Amino acid sequence: MPSLPDVMTPDAAQLAQAAGGEGRAPLETGSPEHDLFTGLTRLGDTTLILGHRVSEWCGLAPVLEEDIALANMALDLIGQTQLWLGLAGEVEGRGRDADALAFRRDGWEFHNLLLVERPNGDFGRTLMRQFLFDAYHLPLLKALEGSTNPRIAEIAAKAGKEVAYHVERSADLVIRLGDGTDESHARMQSSLDALWGYTGEAFIGDAVDARLGEAGVMPAPESLRSDWDRTVNAVLAEATLERPASDFAHKGGKQGRHSEHLGHLLTSMQWLQRSYPDATW
Amino acid sequence: MYAQMVKSEAANDDPALLAAFQARIDAGERIEPKDWMPDAYRKTLIRQIGQHAHSEIVGQLPEGNWITRAPTLERKAILLAKVQDEAGHGLYLYCAAETLGVTRDDLTEQLLSGRMKYSSIFNYPTLTWADIGAVGWLVDGAAIMNQVPLQRTSFGPYARAMVRICKEESFHQRQGYDLITKMAQGTAEQKAMAQDALNRFWYPSLMMFGPSDKDSVHSTQSMAWKIKINTNDELRQKFVDQTVPQAKYLGLTVPDENLKWNDDKDGWDFSEPDWNEFYDVLKGNGPCNTDRLSARQKAWSDGAWFRDGLMAHAKKAEARRVAAKVAAE
Amino acid sequence: MSNEWPLWEVFIRGQHGLNHRHVGSLHAPDAELAMRHARDVYTRRNEGVSIWVVPSAQITASAPSDKGPLFEPANDKVYRHPTFYDIPDEVGHM
Repeated sequence: MPSLPDVMTPDAAQLAQAAGGEGRAPLETGSPEHDLFTGLTRLGDTTLILGHRVSEWCGLAPVLEEDIALANMALDLIGQTQLWLGLAGEVEGRGRDADALAFRRDGWEFHNLLLVERPNGDFGRTLMRQFLFDAYHLPLLKALEGSTNPRIAEIAAKAGKEVAYHVERSADLVIRLGDGTDESHARMQSSLDALWGYTGEAFIGDAVDARLGEAGVMPAPESLRSDWDRTVNAVLAEATLERPASDFAHKGGKQGRHSEHLGHLLTSMQWLQRSYPDATW
Repeated sequence: MYAQMVKSEAANDDPALLAAFQARIDAGERIEPKDWMPDAYRKTLIRQIGQHAHSEIVGQLPEGNWITRAPTLERKAILLAKVQDEAGHGLYLYCAAETLGVTRDDLTEQLLSGRMKYSSIFNYPTLTWADIGAVGWLVDGAAIMNQVPLQRTSFGPYARAMVRICKEESFHQRQGYDLITKMAQGTAEQKAMAQDALNRFWYPSLMMFGPSDKDSVHSTQSMAWKIKINTNDELRQKFVDQTVPQAKYLGLTVPDENLKWNDDKDGWDFSEPDWNEFYDVLKGNGPCNTDRLSARQKAWSDGAWFRDGLMAHAKKAEARRVAAKVAAE
Repeated sequence: MSNEWPLWEVFIRGQHGLNHRHVGSLHAPDAELAMRHARDVYTRRNEGVSIWVVPSAQITASAPSDKGPLFEPANDKVYRHPTFYDIPDEVGHM
């Protein structure tokens, strides 16, 4: 007996019609649709989790102007999430929208980078995480603008404008705080050291990445490394911060193997949807 | 209100100057920062605008409490944008106060040390998602009652800040009502949450206007100066008259057995809130006073290195610019 | 020690090509950050296409006591306003 529901049985087909695709079979691993779905959840989950982390600061930032700026960034990231996960849901074709994907999947189905689930720490840690991510995010989006998939190219063009501002902001703050007081310097250096091991994952491709790259849908992760290195080296130098020597990279987030932190984040993020599954909000 | 029970100062300036000042206000002129004003007017305004600003800032906390638990991406974005607006409103108001010769850091210091107050309403907890609707609908609704007339207040920078705030605020009340509508028309559990939110926020919302001030000297002075436009009782009545039909539309019950339409006054009769509870909250004994203040204290002290670091960098960079210019000459 | 960020005045030119208009103030350690803060604080609703920031301390304002001498002389120069002139209806819009 097959373990997966068969789309050809009349029952399943009827169900799919009646419930807008909910009865359709899951995408087959290794198929182009499944690859595309996975690639889109990697994008959307990453912006979702980072947006969530940044939003945790709301009302608690060191100064009002920063509170407002951070909220703008979180709003951009949540907006991008709606687009990436919305498209992922369409590609999947099983009736799940962006909210269903964000609020009804378990940790092992999340494909975000480990970097963005790191806890906020102090404000310097949050800014450093943001910079290390933004410096990758911008070249990623630039490459996605040239995707063979027009929907992806369109979303990337919109998000690219937002993220160009993000990286300008986070790079500038890293420079200022690195080259500020002794204390701000020390805090930024220790943030950099603590986060460094989580930056490499973004540039390590797997089979899904390779197939998406081959098809021109998404860039090969390895191809984004030199841009990132250039930005990071220039900013760290101006910030008088020392780039850690280690090239060890924690990985697994993109494949659904996460740190313990993600579970706690999802516990609060998904709580209402999980507790009241019949409700609409 | 966001500024509750603001004590006015007694004016003891030259009577001729005072009379001329009052004449300007009576003629509907705006007082601007560099104009002559009685010291008492200045001090009272600093207290009132400062308290209003503090309320916006502390008011971020009860709603911020639900940002990480908002049930959809859109609700999360809306709530985040709303709480962000409150930071903006606090900022505008601090700037208005600063034109009177006080600094934002001074005002912050006074909030954190407990010498200045913020609105009593923010010492109540947000316990369910429906509370986020109730805060928008009732708390912002009550605030708007006061803020709309304050667009005509006599002090120019305060009035202008209010114009900006009122423009943004109507989004807040609407999103709150929209949220609680979804709850009230939702599952039995959601409906119960909506009713519970109304039960808990009704009387604290009525308290926002402050106790009756029809006999208060402070109130009389502030109204003469047009930094207070209506009495507390007028605004409270207006709020009840506006809100009761909105609750009915939702199928929710206002928790007041004495609520009754009164044809003579063309408004609702309603029960007074428990003013002892109000004074307890003002004294620091509300359910969340300690938590709210310590959250603000922590944010401020944890952020000191950040503010100082950026200032230090700006000074260094300026010194480098000057040195480079000198070297070039 | 007071290490408070200085105050800046923010001017924004909106979509419709009107002059820059004073919209409010904010705190920032220097001009670049003042500019960014202005973008984040005062253009959240798509209000502007161009921003000026000026240190508040650098603004020279007219004194209220000069209001008479500065502005009243313009009061009686009604001929500067288009409404001063009666144009016959037959001439059309002018």
